Amino acid sequence: MKKRLIGLAMAGVMMAASLAGCGENTASTETGSTSAESAEGAVWKIGGIGPTTGGAAIYGSDVRDAITIAVDEINAEGGINGYQISYKFEDDEHNAEKSVNAYNTLKDWGMQMLVGCVTSDPTIAVGEKTNEDNMFMLTPSGTAVACVQYPNAFRVCFSDPNQGAASADYLANDAELSGSAIAIIYDSSTQYSAGIHDSFVAEANAKGLNIVSDSAFTTDSATDFTVQIQAAKDAGADLIFLPIYYLEASLILTQANNMGYAPTFFGCDGMDGILTLENFDTSLAEGLLLLTPFSANDTDDLTVNFVTKFQEMTGHVPNQFGADAYDAVYAIKQIAEAENLTPDMSISDICEGMKTGITTITFSPALTSGTGITWTADGEPDKEPRAVVIVNGEYVMTE
Amino acid sequence: MSKEKEQSLKQEETDVQNMDNMDIVKKMSRKASRRNYITYGIVIAFYAIVQILKATGHLSAHFNGLLVPLTYYAIVAVALNLVVGILGDLSLGHAGFMCIGAFSASLFSVVMKQTDMPSGLRFFIALLIGTVVAAIFGFLIGIPVLRLNGDYLAIVTLAFGEIIKNILAAIYLGYDETGLHISFKSFTLQGEGKMLINGAMGIQGSPTDSSFTIGIVLLLLALIIVQNLVNSRTGRAVMAIRDNRIAAQSIGINVTGYKMLAFTVSAAIAGTAGVLFSHNMSTLTATSGYFGYNVSIMILVYVVLGGIGNIRGSVIAAAILYVLPEMLRGLNNYRMLIYSIVLIVIMLVNWAPKALEVREKIKAAITGKLKKEAD
Amino acid sequence: MSFLTYLINGISLGGVYAIIALGYTMVYGIAKMLNFAHGDVIMIGGYLIYTAGTTWGLHPLLSILIAMTGCTILGILTEKVAYKPLRNAASNLAVLITAIGVSYFLQNIALLIYTANPKSFSSVVSWEGITLADGQFKIQGITIVTIVTSLVILIALQFFIKKTKAGQAMLAVSEDKGAATLMGINVNRTISLTFAIGSGLAAIAGALQCSAYPTLTPYTGAMPGIKAFVAAVLGGIGSIPGAMIGGLALGIVEILSKRYISTQLADAIVFAILIIVLLVKPTGLLGKNIQEKV
Repeated sequence: MKKRLIGLAMAGVMMAASLAGCGENTASTETGSTSAESAEGAVWKIGGIGPTTGGAAIYGSDVRDAITIAVDEINAEGGINGYQISYKFEDDEHNAEKSVNAYNTLKDWGMQMLVGCVTSDPTIAVGEKTNEDNMFMLTPSGTAVACVQYPNAFRVCFSDPNQGAASADYLANDAELSGSAIAIIYDSSTQYSAGIHDSFVAEANAKGLNIVSDSAFTTDSATDFTVQIQAAKDAGADLIFLPIYYLEASLILTQANNMGYAPTFFGCDGMDGILTLENFDTSLAEGLLLLTPFSANDTDDLTVNFVTKFQEMTGHVPNQFGADAYDAVYAIKQIAEAENLTPDMSISDICEGMKTGITTITFSPALTSGTGITWTADGEPDKEPRAVVIVNGEYVMTE
Repeated sequence: MSKEKEQSLKQEETDVQNMDNMDIVKKMSRKASRRNYITYGIVIAFYAIVQILKATGHLSAHFNGLLVPLTYYAIVAVALNLVVGILGDLSLGHAGFMCIGAFSASLFSVVMKQTDMPSGLRFFIALLIGTVVAAIFGFLIGIPVLRLNGDYLAIVTLAFGEIIKNILAAIYLGYDETGLHISFKSFTLQGEGKMLINGAMGIQGSPTDSSFTIGIVLLLLALIIVQNLVNSRTGRAVMAIRDNRIAAQSIGINVTGYKMLAFTVSAAIAGTAGVLFSHNMSTLTATSGYFGYNVSIMILVYVVLGGIGNIRGSVIAAAILYVLPEMLRGLNNYRMLIYSIVLIVIMLVNWAPKALEVREKIKAAITGKLKKEAD
Repeated sequence: MSFLTYLINGISLGGVYAIIALGYTMVYGIAKMLNFAHGDVIMIGGYLIYTAGTTWGLHPLLSILIAMTGCTILGILTEKVAYKPLRNAASNLAVLITAIGVSYFLQNIALLIYTANPKSFSSVVSWEGITLADGQFKIQGITIVTIVTSLVILIALQFFIKKTKAGQAMLAVSEDKGAATLMGINVNRTISLTFAIGSGLAAIAGALQCSAYPTLTPYTGAMPGIKAFVAAVLGGIGSIPGAMIGGLALGIVEILSKRYISTQLADAIVFAILIIVLLVKPTGLLGKNIQEKV
């Protein structure tokens, strides 16, 4: 008994030590921001939440880094309405419960606006809390419908049903592809993939597309896809729709190639990134079609600037996650400037200002939309997905 | 049942015959009940401190948000300790029972949210439903599982946990004008209707009824049930099975019956924790992050660190280990790395025979020194 | 013909599980611990091969050798630091929990070094494989290499344990640690050797797994690790031929249930079969059934 108690006491001491360590840490950031405050009067406190550890860490890390780039740029040019931005990002491990914890941490820090979360499930849970606090939130990549169910929440990316329907429409309108026999391989255990799949099937049936095979996999068995690919092959599919992320897609492309099967592959924005997968044989992706809002190959100044900075910082080429996050920060800047918001206003007042502002402005220039982005009051962005095809390891616009 | 009664009567007879024996048992139970009151005291004191901090505005939003998760992980750790510590069987599937409790209760709450049932009553019934359904599954799963031993039993509980998660993540359940629909494929509803479980999207919009007070009440309830069970005739029988199954069997203890009882109670309590979990957030999905084997293992970590068979230890360890990674947030990228190192070090310090020896020596040296000084 | 194709795919997947399960079962047989970090040693092996083969441009065989050396050192080190102090602990659950701690540690250290950005792995096997029946039927090079390698390892391990002194010592330690010590066997060294071999095998498993399913992230090892654990138990944990059979059976069952029952519920079916097998044979397919005595 005593032994146990001592053990627990030990653990308690370690806890206390870590608490103290943590306390020091927050204290140092606090002093950092107070010095900034005394220099500038006040600072914007913008928070971000996303997974930087765990299986979804790729997405969260990219968003974190892209926001950092945007914030640094804005600060270098004088901030928003003359006020500098202080920015903090918290890890949620792609877990709604941890995400709420991260949100509360940021609230203690004094966050005024949230760029997040990165994945759907956490975004929905945190959305509940931001709604209670009436804090403005702009998620770069929370795609599920319920992510923006409250009036204070908006998103930069397309919603799942929007992407599924848009994909079906694209196929129906394309003279060459509309007659194809379509197979679907999707991840039934993620909201993103299942959401796109369901709306794609509904729209495809409405448009009279010919779906010959529809098979799923789960995150836990996402290594061997031979059964799903064989099913598509046996059904005579000449187009495979892949509403999944590029990591699994790269395995499907490799395995289909090994099986000597070469249909047209068609993906959504999650496919963006496949060309920059380190050491990936891009010839396998030749002819891959995808609907994506962002292309790292674009040569306009905005994209080149972002891609160069991102590469310098992280060592890899950004995909739409980073681009959406970068756009989110600049959209906040544009709205706050249009509405003349200042960081000394209350969180709720800022939120009200942002809510009116976001529905009246046209955000441009945007990385993820050539024509700029407008928002409706229900939180959805209005932008056109671009269809690109991969030719010689590069994105090429179709038509 | 009558057999059991017979046994207990026989047992009582021998007890009466052997007064010494009875004395020991009485002393033991008196000591045990004192220990139990200390446990309740700790929980209540913690609750009081938190309430005072809250009232005086000293509680950060971050810590405030941790309170409800803290209670449900403590509850499920208590439940698992009943199986691991008292029954002596390793279960790696308790997250599965949480999952069942969470889904069955949320299903009820989501349906009842549209009616004008008062939220207190609704949550009370939801708690009952989650607990009972988890108990039923615990009983059903217990039948095959408890026939096995050791690591084979562990892997089968893990398997059941994964099956539960896998099926609940694939199910579509909804109702419309034509009735109730259930399928492993998504479907479109006809006319007025509602999707209740939407495949990977799970259950959306369950009311957030959980609160710290309810969590603490349920934790106390779980502690009372488990500690009284442990100190009862049943508990002694269960521990006899743990220490030597064959010997227990030979003196007429109904091994299967007592094992089933402990396992079912444990599953029920885990189900209660699941209800608290699902009513703490508006979204509920059956993914690995919430109900996978990783979570079961994490709960096992709480139990082992708090002391196998030490119910109070489980509560304290669950509280410390749940808060620890949150407190390490200031370390950013190194957070989980430091957490893993701390976990290894704590285990070594608490369990390694050498470390224990060193600690005893230091303790002896300190007490020796104190004695000398006193002289 | 199509059934055969699925069977081959199942064997290919099962071969990978088998090779991981061999390492699992060896460590379990001798040290009596479930090494939950085994899957993550595979991931580290994968990254070492990636660094040596792709970043430095070394020959695949040389990079596998480097990875084997690295993993062997890692295995011995973790055993010394994290597992050995707990060998005589009051409960054998203690070492299980530290193994979980080691697993988190390896994942997070890989996350810091290699970042979360996934890598595409270049296959260590450049052979295309063989085509039968006029191209109707194709067996990939990596599949054949995986099967052959796991068989070679199986035979080598059996030979090692039955015919060498160190192997005999292992057998003795697995039967009775106390008696083995009395017979003059250095138990600590024997267990270190077991971890060294198990971790070296993990590097080979990493090479084959990442070649067959060419992506690499810090979490690559977690799921195959747990599946291999299932395979080892299915075959009878502690039994080396059992791990081989368990692995192959698991792979085949997974692919066939995906094909003939449901792709979505494949995991549930695999686990359900495990449960059924264990209910019929409570110590796995080849496990020793030791009757408990008073």
